[in-house]
Amino acid sequence: MAQETFSKEELSRYSRHLIIPEFNIEGQRKLKAAKVLVVGTGGLGAPLLQYLAAAGVGTIGVLDFDIVEDSNLQRQVLFSTNDIGKPKVLAAKERLEGLNPYINIVTHNVHLSSENALDIVKDYDLVADGTDNFPTRYLVNDACVLLGKTNVYASIYRFDGQVSVFNYKNEDGVFGPNYRDLFPSPPPPGLVPSCAEGGVLGVLPGIVGSLQANEVIKVITGVGEPLVGRLFLFDAMNFETRTVKVHRDENNPLNGKNPTITALVDYQEFCGMKQNNEDDIKKISVQEFIELQKSEEPFQLIDVREDFEYEIANIEGLHIPLADVEEEVDQIVSDRKVVIHCKSGGRSKKAIELLEKEFGFSNLYNLTGGVDAYFDVVDAD
Amino acid sequence: MAKVIIPTPLRKFTDNQASFETNSENVYDAIKALSGAFPDIQKHLFDEQGQIRSFLRIYLGDEDINVLDKEKTSLKAEDVLSIIPAIAGGKN
Repeated sequence: MAQETFSKEELSRYSRHLIIPEFNIEGQRKLKAAKVLVVGTGGLGAPLLQYLAAAGVGTIGVLDFDIVEDSNLQRQVLFSTNDIGKPKVLAAKERLEGLNPYINIVTHNVHLSSENALDIVKDYDLVADGTDNFPTRYLVNDACVLLGKTNVYASIYRFDGQVSVFNYKNEDGVFGPNYRDLFPSPPPPGLVPSCAEGGVLGVLPGIVGSLQANEVIKVITGVGEPLVGRLFLFDAMNFETRTVKVHRDENNPLNGKNPTITALVDYQEFCGMKQNNEDDIKKISVQEFIELQKSEEPFQLIDVREDFEYEIANIEGLHIPLADVEEEVDQIVSDRKVVIHCKSGGRSKKAIELLEKEFGFSNLYNLTGGVDAYFDVVDAD
Repeated sequence: MAKVIIPTPLRKFTDNQASFETNSENVYDAIKALSGAFPDIQKHLFDEQGQIRSFLRIYLGDEDINVLDKEKTSLKAEDVLSIIPAIAGGKN
């Protein structure tokens, strides 16, 4: 590897690193030479990306497929109000280049999948996982293990945070535990509330993502003891921290005694979640719905329009605006047919996709054409 | 009495109680006692076969019970048992 060199401006910028005896110019060179992929540009990604960029990590990959929304700004301090509506990776790149023009930001405006993960991850030295769902957690882990990359992991839920360094190769070439050693299988969908349902304290990803950035920098520079074979737990509610041990499991299907996973698999399926195509969403026509109303069959009707729309006219559905669906998920039944509608079918489709993906519902029907179509038919009659 | 620390995602089944004290002599009995005290939590702790669910890790102090005596690991009065669930949040 060619020795990294620094301009006068860079030396001045990084001077607080350079004067740390354990760190010095060697640590800074390692940072500049490093290529880190940050998966997820959200709550954890915000502090992670900013600290990695500020610290002078030479190449940072930013991977996300979302756009910036107003509800992100409560915790995703990478973005500003002006970024609403922009692809997250582009808003992130702009911000990070403004923070440090001496580094290279590579954007991946994609959904990480079994098809593209190995190809993307292979170009990086290390991955920092800041995603928000179990399928992607296992995907990132497996891609890292298959490619021999370290996975700096952090995860949050409401007031809880977890951090660990997975698949770290020590000086003897031996790999430390990975995510599958800690959690061999994910919870069944709907059993443990997801973060989307439970919410998250805005500052928590800031704390946990900063710890994650710290581990990334330690792994790259070799300074200190990385969090390998250990899981750090933070309870922000009671301010309790614990560090517990994580061991390699000989039954790990990726790199245990008898590995059975040698390529990436279908992680939606592994996590018990079927990937939803539009065609997979069950629909009910207005006529069928009217028949259902007349029948004895019990069902729940949910209206996901906004308050003002509901007030103008409604068909007596339980009113849960789309934005509140995750919060109000407890009100949605799973033991009978649930018909969800909005004005014309678009928002109700989104609600169903979310409920199926995040909470594992399988009893939801989208009213085709929404309440507009319903009133057309009823008024004509 | 040994103490069982209940993780936040499961606290909604324990009336928000963060810990549970038990005289149980081993890990399995302690988890059983917890689910006896809070029946709603049972299906989140045990699978259909009555085994502790595999997305939960149980720690005695800082050690994984799987490298001790698994569910039969015995408990002493001052022991602290943690239930650590997989959580996945971080982006949204």
